[in-house]
Amino acid sequence: MEKRRVTVTVNGEEQVVDIEPRVLLAHLLREGLGLTGTHIGCDTTNCGACTVLVDGRPTKSCTMLAVQTDGHEVRTVEGMAKASQLHPVQEGFKEEHGLQCGFCTPGMMMSAMALLERNPDPTEEEIRWALSGNLCRCTGYQNIVKAVLWAAKKMQPAGA
Amino acid sequence: MYPARFRYEAPRTLDEALDLLATYGDEAKVLAGGQSLVPLLKLRFAAPELLVDINNIPGLGYHREAADGALEVGALCRHVDLEYSEILGERRPLMASAAPLIADPIVRNRGTLVGSLCHADPQGDWASVMLALDGEVVAASATGSRTIPMAEFVTGPFQTVLLPGEIAVEARVPAPKGTPAGRYLKLERRVGDFATVGVAVALDLDGGTVTRAGIALTGVGGNNLKAAEAEQVLVGGTLDAATVREAGRLAAEIARPRTDHRGSAEYKRHVVATFVVRALESAVPVAA
Repeated sequence: MEKRRVTVTVNGEEQVVDIEPRVLLAHLLREGLGLTGTHIGCDTTNCGACTVLVDGRPTKSCTMLAVQTDGHEVRTVEGMAKASQLHPVQEGFKEEHGLQCGFCTPGMMMSAMALLERNPDPTEEEIRWALSGNLCRCTGYQNIVKAVLWAAKKMQPAGA
Repeated sequence: MYPARFRYEAPRTLDEALDLLATYGDEAKVLAGGQSLVPLLKLRFAAPELLVDINNIPGLGYHREAADGALEVGALCRHVDLEYSEILGERRPLMASAAPLIADPIVRNRGTLVGSLCHADPQGDWASVMLALDGEVVAASATGSRTIPMAEFVTGPFQTVLLPGEIAVEARVPAPKGTPAGRYLKLERRVGDFATVGVAVALDLDGGTVTRAGIALTGVGGNNLKAAEAEQVLVGGTLDAATVREAGRLAAEIARPRTDHRGSAEYKRHVVATFVVRALESAVPVAA
């Protein structure tokens, strides 16, 4: 089958790959680029575990063809930490015990990060709304919401 | 899961896309937001020979009010654009209340209103909204374009009158005649689930008098249903509690719900009546 050349920026780095059109973004990330932090949960567009940011917007990577990212920018959980410094959202999940089994965590954090970029000081209600497409089968939502509130506070400019 | 193999084209102009469809006929499928189509490809319920991705065609992401007051929604206008729209608010209260209830926030980032209409899932929310507003779909083909009333657009579950060479390029909602009011109510077991029951109510008012009423139902029939008799009792008068209750009763009468894991037929019918009353009461002041 004919492969297509795709040029996509992943976590700030330009990647050029030749792939079949039927390859999903989740496959490209995990198998093509070795970025296994993006988890495939339900594979049926329900659970949000595979959420990544495409041009800054949370997107289910199991529900987008990888060829469609040609010329676009993708961010995954691997792009959150800088060197050994965790992203405040990651720190929040650690401090507030925002993960149990950890399977939904990368998707949760991508949705949370996009929320905080759009709305740096969300209410608890706004956090719950923004994360409502991400399912946690451990049902650990309470601490996930706390983790995002923690991160929002940490990210406030000093003195605010 | 991998979809079956297909050829992929991402044309840069609408004309190119229409040429591809003219050539491939019903072996081709149009890809917009993909939030229904990609799952169908993965489950291999759909296995088209060619996917025509229209996402690279510029100028289709709009929603705007035309000179005649009609609202036009382009084929690449995402649900999220409508959720955070600055022009829907007071002019299209039904649409503004429906947008945040479509699927879940992640799906709303990519899925489109026009795509949802074309997918024609009987449990789709936008079809009810468009029925209640007497909306239309504009379809383009290599030989021209035509405008199809929403009431004639869907022919059955997952089936529309679109021809193989056509692309739905726009959804249109006519200008309100008077002051618009409306509300979408949706019962769902969790965010992102299909509606157990959805009710769309749209009114145009002159003072307190209803000049036009639209009511449509989601999830309680083989298609989205328009509750014509319920609409009729509302038109021409002001709203009082008895009239609103009667509209609820008439709407529930045309519902054809089925008992399933989301609830019994009887329960769903009851929710239709309750939602019609609630939607009307929350949209306009109702006299005792």
